[in-house]
Amino acid sequence: MPKQILEGSRAVALTIKNIKPAVVSAYPITPQTHIVEDLAKFKSDGEADYEYVRAESEFAAASIVAGASAAGARVYTATSSQGLLLMAEVVYNIAGLRLPVVMTCANRGVSAPITIWNDHQDAMAVRDAGWIMLFAENHQEAVAQHVLAYKLAEQTHLPAMVNMDGFVLTHSYEPVVIPDEKLVRRFLGETRPAQDNLLDPAAPKTSGAFAAPTHYLEIRQALNDDLEKCLALLPGLAADYAKLFNAPRAAAPAAGDNGLLEYYGPRAAKTVIAVMGSLAGTAKDAVDEYNRGSAGKKNPAAVLKIKCYRPFPRAALLKALGRIRCLAVVEKAVSLGSAGPLALDIMSAWPSQRPLIIADFIVGLGGRDVTQEKLINIIKQAPKNNRQVKFIS
Amino acid sequence: MKQIRLHGRGGQGVVTAAELIAIAAFLDGREAQAFPSFGVERTGAPIEAFARISDTPIRTREHVYQPDVIIVQDATLLDAVDIAHGAHKNTLVIINTAKPPAAIKLPVPEKNIFTVDATKIALEIIGKNLMNTVILGAFAKATGLVSLAALKKAVMEKFSDKGPEITDKNLKAIEQAFKL
Repeated sequence: MPKQILEGSRAVALTIKNIKPAVVSAYPITPQTHIVEDLAKFKSDGEADYEYVRAESEFAAASIVAGASAAGARVYTATSSQGLLLMAEVVYNIAGLRLPVVMTCANRGVSAPITIWNDHQDAMAVRDAGWIMLFAENHQEAVAQHVLAYKLAEQTHLPAMVNMDGFVLTHSYEPVVIPDEKLVRRFLGETRPAQDNLLDPAAPKTSGAFAAPTHYLEIRQALNDDLEKCLALLPGLAADYAKLFNAPRAAAPAAGDNGLLEYYGPRAAKTVIAVMGSLAGTAKDAVDEYNRGSAGKKNPAAVLKIKCYRPFPRAALLKALGRIRCLAVVEKAVSLGSAGPLALDIMSAWPSQRPLIIADFIVGLGGRDVTQEKLINIIKQAPKNNRQVKFIS
Repeated sequence: MKQIRLHGRGGQGVVTAAELIAIAAFLDGREAQAFPSFGVERTGAPIEAFARISDTPIRTREHVYQPDVIIVQDATLLDAVDIAHGAHKNTLVIINTAKPPAAIKLPVPEKNIFTVDATKIALEIIGKNLMNTVILGAFAKATGLVSLAALKKAVMEKFSDKGPEITDKNLKAIEQAFKL
């Protein structure tokens, strides 16, 4: 598998082509557009044999892939921002119906005011829907997470969303290795729909129709429990993936990366910055720069990158953070009227007997550039901002 | 690591030029990255795009604030945008203009300014004012950051769907700019 230099969207589209879904349906929205345009072109050029269904809206696209998935087909869709919001009702249904739909969210801010640029507010709007949610740092990770998303989804009968930062990843060029079609087939196998849940005209049945108060709660609890089971599955699958695909060592995952999260930097770090998505790359350079300076030599910093956001890897996070005293959560979303969603998740996972200064920094909304300088300032400010939510302009 | 910032206007192919730099550097065997600052190009609006070239994998995603090279595709931007912001004493500036470097008012040493009339070359050889590839010939010559062979190969790859005639004209125009 040769290394190529590709646009992030092209890298994802080529990976999806090799995954060979039977049905692709999407409605174009910036910055997801290049992915689905590429997939449409592969189809029209005769390079792919999936059914490409043009939809009249994101609501329709999600419904089309939901229907195809319910009939047992491997499916793919992609969206961003308002498109994901319009899909929301179907997004919840897909999880409740236990359909292994895989979707790319090219992360973008939400209206109003209109923004086309990157943040994570769109994904956070559906974080409670029951989907597996992965976040990619770079093209290579986005590619791997798409293959892993299908593996996880089809193994657990749950939907999976791969989040990649709009423009920052979708519209950037960098070297990447696309997983070979034969290896993808070996890794994923054929899709095996849950037979008891399969829509079949020869044996009509209803799925997800109605649950009385006597049953609804247990059904939702079962969904929660099954989603949580991915935490035990993903590290093993990520290791299998690395073994099968990482012939060129350049594409190998970093040490400290278990598929759920990655810890980067000295183990004895005093302050750790927790991030998701492409911000991790900038954060790694920022902590390296900080650790070379006098402040960093005295109080070294490290990066915790959350790769699997739902289910939330509580145990892995506590293990990775060891005995740290200060955590700066740096996130591109906010639960308006409360705090950043990632900070809230970490606070709820943190045991009360372990003292921790936790500071929440909201950055990069609507595409505001997050510089290394800003991140170094955040490392310095964090100890003085316990339990504070700060917007960094 | 070398950092390159490109300035142009929407419709001039600024983002494509940044991508061609990254592709050429990759073809030279180096690590490379390119990305736009504005994803939606409005025709005529000032646009920035960025490229990085390195011998180790590139992780940072921040915009380019301390450019080693600044490329200006449209000289009218010299009066509209702070082109030189973040420039250091060795930053090279490549400008598409008929004027000589001495006539350019920028807070960088004159010896670091290179001018090329890429528009004229584009009109003569390509037949249209599409100078984003042309100015890269001057970039390759002035900076040595990408080889001419890799730059030409990058154009051939990127323009493969535009047909041989347009590709050949672009290659000829790049060579012309490289000679100057």
